[in-house]
Amino acid sequence: MSEYTYPILFGLAAGTLTRIYMLRTDYRQYPTYLHGKIIHVALGFIAAGLGTVAIPSIMEEEFTAVTFLTLAASQFREVRNMERNTLTELDSYEMVPRGKTYIEGVAIAFESRNYLVIFTSLLSTLGYLVFNIWGGLAAAILAVFISKKLMSGGRLKEIVEVEFVEPRFDGAGLYVDNIYIMNIGLPERQEEVLRYGMGFILKPKNFNARSTIANLGQRQAILHDVSTALGVYRDSGTPALVPLAKRDLDDGRIGVFVLPQEKNINKAIKIIEAVPTLENAIRMPTERQTNGKGS
Amino acid sequence: MVLEKFILAAITTNPSKIPSGTAVFHCEDKKEMEIIAANLEAILDGIAHALTEELYVIVKH
Repeated sequence: MSEYTYPILFGLAAGTLTRIYMLRTDYRQYPTYLHGKIIHVALGFIAAGLGTVAIPSIMEEEFTAVTFLTLAASQFREVRNMERNTLTELDSYEMVPRGKTYIEGVAIAFESRNYLVIFTSLLSTLGYLVFNIWGGLAAAILAVFISKKLMSGGRLKEIVEVEFVEPRFDGAGLYVDNIYIMNIGLPERQEEVLRYGMGFILKPKNFNARSTIANLGQRQAILHDVSTALGVYRDSGTPALVPLAKRDLDDGRIGVFVLPQEKNINKAIKIIEAVPTLENAIRMPTERQTNGKGS
Repeated sequence: MVLEKFILAAITTNPSKIPSGTAVFHCEDKKEMEIIAANLEAILDGIAHALTEELYVIVKH
């Protein structure tokens, strides 16, 4: 056994455990299946291996060995492709699809979490080698803390105010507050919609939020999350019963119409508030220097 | 072939208002129109939209 055996084993363990910690099955119900988890733990183990051997190779002055970290980059880009493809394939069979923006967000998270594993392993092994096992442990805890901070994104409640509004009909037009949702012709369908439907108004807190929640992917994510959490009153042969989110063009408010199986207003508001703000949907028009040169 | 935003059928009680270029179902009264629209909605997997009181269309979204 060389002097690096224990630090490398330590780094491997720290990295793999971080990946397991980050692989929580939460309300998104993904990945629920055992094989999906095994794939990600195995890839996490590989990532931990890549991260952990980088420090000993530098210490042995084998600088070229660090170039295999580039291998990691292409390897984990594949992970992102894999997740994207799987979720896109499955999305067509969802009652309320996730939407491409949400899927891309999940895929990015899977890729980036492997880099966080590399980072954790690298830092743990460095701590172990420079100080001792306690130094390594401290470095690992610090790295996990930073990973946790980096992996949690924003929530909708930070950018919007959610308010419950009973949906109503004006002729054949379905409205949530003053926002037109859709035209439903049949009286019996209208009754069903009024019985099971719930309406919410999302009021943006600032101008940036207005553009973010206008994103169609972000709106689809809201509908998907509410429908997974509270169930959905819908089947494949009933296209009229569809949750929709439409926008008030005047002030950027979003009218969300959902058909949950459990009609619990407080719960639904909490769920909408906890919907992640998708990275790809975030817009910052106020960052633009309108009075700068060339504009 | 995938159809999107396409009028699959029209159901009406007013023969003078019939659109051309699509399948039209003439009905005696509003009740019959609603029954036919409900059936067609299920069969065609489209949504029955009310354009006026006497004209419904089934649209594939």
